[in-house]
Amino acid sequence: MAEPLTAHPTVAEADAHAPVAHIEHDTNTGISNTKLAMWLFLASECLLFGGLISTYLLYKNPLEGPSGADLFDIPFTSASSFVLLMSSLTMVLAVSAIERGDHHRMRIWLGSTALLGSTFVAGQIYEFTAFYREGLGFTTSRFSSAFYTLTGFHGVHVTVGIIMLVVLVMLSIRGRLPEHRSETVEVVGLYWHFVDIVWILIFAIVYLIP
Amino acid sequence: MSDSTQLALPSGGGEPTYRPGGVFARPNTTKGWRSWVTTVDHKKIGVMYGATALFFLLVGGIEALLIRVQLWAPRGTLLSADLYNQVFTMHGTTMIFLVVMPIGAAFANYLMPLQIGARDVAFPRINAFSYWIFLTGGIFLNTSWFLGGGADGGWFNYAPNNGVIFSPSNGIDFWNLGLIMTGIGSLTGAVNLITTVLNLRAPGMSLMRMPVFTWMTLVTQFLLLFAIPVLTVAQVLLMMDRLFDANFFNVAKGANPLLWQHLFWIFGHPEVYLMILPAFGLVSEMLPTFSRKPIFGYPFIVFSGVAIGFMGFGVWAHHMFVSGIGPISVTTFALTTMFIAVPTGVKILNWTATMWGGKLQFTSPMLFSIGLVTMFTIGGLSGVTHAVAPADTQQTDTYYIVAHFHYVLFGGAFFGFVGAFYYYWPKVFGYLLNEKIGKGNFWLMLLGFNLTFAPMHVLGLQGMSRRIYTYDQGYGFELWNKVATIGSFVLATSVAIFLFNIFYSKAKAKSLPAVGADPWDSRTIEWMTPSPVPFYNFDPIPTVSRVDDFWYRKYGETKDGQLVRIAATDDVVQKRTDGKGIHLPSPSYWPLVVAIGLPIVGYGLLYTLWLALIGGLITVGGLFGWALEPPDDPDAGHDDDHAPDDHSASGGEVAPADVSEEADDEVAADKEVETVG
Repeated sequence: MAEPLTAHPTVAEADAHAPVAHIEHDTNTGISNTKLAMWLFLASECLLFGGLISTYLLYKNPLEGPSGADLFDIPFTSASSFVLLMSSLTMVLAVSAIERGDHHRMRIWLGSTALLGSTFVAGQIYEFTAFYREGLGFTTSRFSSAFYTLTGFHGVHVTVGIIMLVVLVMLSIRGRLPEHRSETVEVVGLYWHFVDIVWILIFAIVYLIP
Repeated sequence: MSDSTQLALPSGGGEPTYRPGGVFARPNTTKGWRSWVTTVDHKKIGVMYGATALFFLLVGGIEALLIRVQLWAPRGTLLSADLYNQVFTMHGTTMIFLVVMPIGAAFANYLMPLQIGARDVAFPRINAFSYWIFLTGGIFLNTSWFLGGGADGGWFNYAPNNGVIFSPSNGIDFWNLGLIMTGIGSLTGAVNLITTVLNLRAPGMSLMRMPVFTWMTLVTQFLLLFAIPVLTVAQVLLMMDRLFDANFFNVAKGANPLLWQHLFWIFGHPEVYLMILPAFGLVSEMLPTFSRKPIFGYPFIVFSGVAIGFMGFGVWAHHMFVSGIGPISVTTFALTTMFIAVPTGVKILNWTATMWGGKLQFTSPMLFSIGLVTMFTIGGLSGVTHAVAPADTQQTDTYYIVAHFHYVLFGGAFFGFVGAFYYYWPKVFGYLLNEKIGKGNFWLMLLGFNLTFAPMHVLGLQGMSRRIYTYDQGYGFELWNKVATIGSFVLATSVAIFLFNIFYSKAKAKSLPAVGADPWDSRTIEWMTPSPVPFYNFDPIPTVSRVDDFWYRKYGETKDGQLVRIAATDDVVQKRTDGKGIHLPSPSYWPLVVAIGLPIVGYGLLYTLWLALIGGLITVGGLFGWALEPPDDPDAGHDDDHAPDDHSASGGEVAPADVSEEADDEVAADKEVETVG
């Protein structure tokens, strides 16, 4: 501890007894740095998806080649959407497990979240190949470019989320995810829920609105 | 996080013992070039931002001089039409993305943690990454000169001009991918700095006690946070078009070229405000110091900045008055544009009122600040004339516009930045820049600047278009173009004098006594730290009780409002200590690895996909190395030196920082990797 060297007793005293934050939860806002950063990052992601969705809406009508109505298999996509939404539930269970200090359960739930997410991505890949066989290539029409870019971007986001979940499981197995850093899981959960919410929007806008 | 989840902390030694050695060991150099390459110290990063921006300033300046020489006389032959397109495009791109924004980032990085009394930013390694990706992205962008020519579509790069049909060379791809990279850096920087301002303030430093520059930084970073993704979308669409034959801007398939304009300007207008706001903040620091008065109407200054930030998102279509968006849109955006002049005017009035009745000291920073206020006002007034849509129909794409935005960007932002260089130089490097040369520098810069850009108002009203590589005789453009060209060389001389002043003063400084912590008798707490600032910033962290806290530690007021000294400066400022017991993050080289990986991905997309795969592996590997780096220290800046026994809680690397980092980098990387596979 350094000796305060100021000759101004009141200031020096005030400085010496300043209530300085020791831990992350003790920030000015009461939200930890990482969580706030994730919220901010997700705020900017909103604009990213907003731009992509706007583009899709502008180019919804293909003018040539197959249209969405010709291709979409609504029951199939509904099923894969349901899988993705269920992964939000498992994510919540993972977070509550680690808050109880139950590392084993947390790993199980994180693993199931990753598995459900992977199922969704696999469904998307299957869907894309099916559309491609029916004549909707990336360069076919303005609609196809917008559709593949929007849904593909979302798929990449899910993939990134899966990578994060796997990293968390790895960290946990290595014992580098102690209780006092359980917030990490929560922050990844925020990202995961965000990606799910975006999918609800995309599913409604792309698939359900004729 | 609510209080109920406040965790019981293990007492003492909660550090995990996972410490791989070898290549995964964290570097700990504090001297030599390695310390700069691996640094996570916000001060070093700020200095590197500034130095890099000054380098790019020379690049952009040479491009500007080429433009002016080409326009010296009718039928200039220095540049071909095609090369001229590349030069003005790269001039605009360089000056905006690689000079003005980074200088803003340099000051934000260096000063903002000092002004709020923090030890460092919230995520030091992300901070390093923001810088490195700006550097590698900027270099990537400029290598296009050697690889088939620069971008040639203008800095705004309108569709369908930016498609492969009209621009077959790789220039626009370099522009596109390079700006996606610098955009990632801006975005991570924004997240980082906003978190810092909101979370890591010193005790007593409430939001309404923060220095104005910190406020403007906060607004600027919010603008970046919401504007950059929109640009990224536009650029991703363009990338899809150019590299993978998508149809976003392919008119033959029914695409709408206005999509590009809308997306670009939804980014582009907030962009121009986020270029000027840091300079506004810096001027709000300098004027009160040299007027020896508090800033007039602190809340007004703050909230007008916030209002500019909000309204900046509602005026984008004023760039598109002649693009056929229809009378209702034009009217709407004309009104919002006139309206945004109000908060800007509030600021000008506040600065004027700050000087009013003050004891003015005309030092070089003060001169540059007054230069900003006057020049920005001129630029702002010509800006309001653009808001009048019928007038804009005549002015658009003429040199009148060029004059306007150079008045606000050069006469506004850049004057403020140069003034701030003079003002903060002693704090950063420990020696003052020579005042005599500084004043000469100011007057020459003012003269050169006005000689260069004032004639452009006339040229524009005479009807000379922007972006034409030459003009014919008989239009009456000759005289003013000659004046502008002469002015541009005067301006170049003044920049050279500034650079000379740096080296001259550094040489002279050896024989002069060391500059104290507070050479200007300033007002805000960053001047409490010793000059140059030690690695730990503050020891101890000060407690803040009001706006301009440092000033009121030195001065009080008598009953009739006279200033009286209550303490000598030397007693109030902090002495340099050995910083024992202050725990700061170790350096790291993973940010650099990730930032080197992304440009390789870019080259790979343009030349051979194998290279993109290699770059993707470097990026992803770097991210994993980053996330799994030994948890020697927190990425949390708020650490207390008074109670070393409390360190256990904050021990350990905070993975989500990297994970969120991964989110946006891997989006970029994966996107590219996925298109490969």
